[in-house]
Amino acid sequence: MSVMNTGGNPQLNRHGELKHLLTIEGLPREVLTRILDTAAPFTEVAEREVKKLPLLRGKSVFNLFFENSTRTRTTFEIAAKRLSADVINLNISTSSANKGETLLDTVDNLAAMQADMFVVRHASSGAPYLIAQHLAATDRDHIHVVNAGDGRHAHPTQGLLDMYTIRHYKKDFTQLTVAIVGDVLHSRVARSQIHALNILGVPEIRVIAPKTLLPTGVERLGVRVFNDMREGLRGVDVVMMLRLQNERMQGALLPSTQEFFKSWGLTPEKLALAKPDAIVMHPGPMNRGVEIDSAVADGKQAVILPQVTFGIAVRMAVMAMLGGN
Amino acid sequence: MKIHIKNGRLIDPASKTDKPLDVFVAAGRIVGVGDTPAGFEASSVLDAGGCVVCPGLVDLSARLREPGFEYRATLESEMAAAAAGGVTRLACPPDTDPVLDEPGLVEMLTHRARLPEFAHVHPVGALTTQLEGKALTEMAELAEAGCVAFGQANRAVVDTQVLLRAMMYAATFDFPVWLQAQDPFLARKGVAHDGEVAARLGLVGIPVAAETIALATILQLARETGARVHVTRVSSAAGVEMITAARAAGIGVTCDVAIHHLHLCENDVGFFNAHARLDPPLRSTGDRDALRKALASGAINALCSDHTPVDDDGKQTPFDEAEVGATGLELLLPLTLKWAREMKLPMVTALARVTSDPARILGVDAGCLKVGAPADICVFDPVADYLVSREALKSQGKNTPFLGYAFPGRVRYTLIDGHLAFDGTLS
Repeated sequence: MSVMNTGGNPQLNRHGELKHLLTIEGLPREVLTRILDTAAPFTEVAEREVKKLPLLRGKSVFNLFFENSTRTRTTFEIAAKRLSADVINLNISTSSANKGETLLDTVDNLAAMQADMFVVRHASSGAPYLIAQHLAATDRDHIHVVNAGDGRHAHPTQGLLDMYTIRHYKKDFTQLTVAIVGDVLHSRVARSQIHALNILGVPEIRVIAPKTLLPTGVERLGVRVFNDMREGLRGVDVVMMLRLQNERMQGALLPSTQEFFKSWGLTPEKLALAKPDAIVMHPGPMNRGVEIDSAVADGKQAVILPQVTFGIAVRMAVMAMLGGN
Repeated sequence: MKIHIKNGRLIDPASKTDKPLDVFVAAGRIVGVGDTPAGFEASSVLDAGGCVVCPGLVDLSARLREPGFEYRATLESEMAAAAAGGVTRLACPPDTDPVLDEPGLVEMLTHRARLPEFAHVHPVGALTTQLEGKALTEMAELAEAGCVAFGQANRAVVDTQVLLRAMMYAATFDFPVWLQAQDPFLARKGVAHDGEVAARLGLVGIPVAAETIALATILQLARETGARVHVTRVSSAAGVEMITAARAAGIGVTCDVAIHHLHLCENDVGFFNAHARLDPPLRSTGDRDALRKALASGAINALCSDHTPVDDDGKQTPFDEAEVGATGLELLLPLTLKWAREMKLPMVTALARVTSDPARILGVDAGCLKVGAPADICVFDPVADYLVSREALKSQGKNTPFLGYAFPGRVRYTLIDGHLAFDGTLS
């Protein structure tokens, strides 16, 4: 085996540039802003007759999905293809992981196939770090790792596309009040959003959830905690809903989806407490009638579909910045 | 073999001695301290100039991985590590495969361990069969086979009626019961201290209440049964407080802490460093500081290595899938000295926590340098650095969060029953 995992942060190179995208936490504001700026012109590519740029021509991007996902994997695939990369999709939850191959053996095998970039989703927090550290320890640093969601830890491209969306509609981060609503405890999306909003200078970030769905010490991440949704939504500019997974009804975290919806579901009536021009976001896939009312999801204030579109541009920006010719 | 250890600074915590004294060894025992015994002619002279001469270290928890986990470590590799670390006596927890719940297994282990260069091994027998927390083991038979205490390693007895009865049965024979306090429900799927770091990294947390709730149960049952209880691996300030209060209320309970919890905290998980995946989890800086103080005052009775060798594959995984534990036999002495220095403790007090105090918990007449005692002796240079590296570690487990660190405290000689088990001048 290789050198032991020493736990260092391999995300930035020694010039402070992004080598991998593993988390938003600790990214300098300039790096974050540069990603958003880079993404802007890519939104126009999608409107062209020929939706391709040559930035990743000749490069191989491996989508390593150890956990099921349709939307994220598809948007990464589209983003890579629009940059002219060769894309290989691997759903490992249904292949080698079940045959007993270790994560790093899988990585070694794929690295031997001349991969240039790994886009990784894994059910364990920190799995992309392990991969990045392993590549560094075995002198294969030229392979970039993009975290496409690891356990409860981070989903940085989702956080970035959310920031892109907010900037698109609200321009200035430094005057905003933003509420994140729902299952923060299990949410890698929420953690990435909280770090990004803090880095971009949002003065008030609120999390709204029952106590069972908040991590211990969440306020130390730089948020104000609200248990009452009506109180928490008062005067906010942005409402970011989180997906509530059905398995949360097990393990005594919540009694029922009905009760959750009653207290923390976003209805037109609750949304009316936010600023009149507040936008409503959701990382998808939505559970209508659980965390969000259809009238809101399909309403004028929802920017959920633009989020998906911007997501492709943001993922193009990240991949181009990491591995671009 | 008659050995004269000369020019050393003798520190014997049991007699509170700290002065330049020579030690004389014959037939496996200490035959003189200070003046040369009449007619003593050394066949070998060991120069301890610049060194401390102290009792061999007594480690209350070292996993030797035999039987069952020989791919992680063998008796040979771990005994070499013990000798290199100045450890001459150790207790091993029963979580082997098969678990130490049958006298035959215990006899085989103690028989295998009976080589002159090997540390004295004291198996802790399983309190319940298979450590399942359901049925009692044959404690009297196991004690005859060599078990010094009965415990569950880090597995809980969930059924409190079984725990009560196991403690009553052990108390019948006055056998000590060693228990780690961790409620398995509150610790379910947990991999890190339930605090800021776990919140940030998205790791499932184990709250301090997992320790205090289990402790409350253990302490209540200790009072009910009169069992001699030793709480292993205390991890929190609140836990220490409860044990101190129980003692004040007349419950005769002892406890220990592991070297990692004395020096590290939740922040040392860093970016998912699997070497910091420990059980119990590394807790807050406040908890760590309380543990350091409690060990200094003696509220925590002993310091142990909680030696747990893990192979590389077991740590080269995402944090939550990583095997639990760290190698420690060779770090016990340097980390004891580091703690003593940082706490400005006299060396005689600090060394008591790894010699005479744990020997008392084991119930053996050892861990001291008096005339007549077994010649289990550690001679170490308190100034020379010990660099923790994969190459330097003799343990088969190279898994430690301290890789790359250098600590003062380097073993020069280890004697076990008067036998030179480690000679650091050769390397």
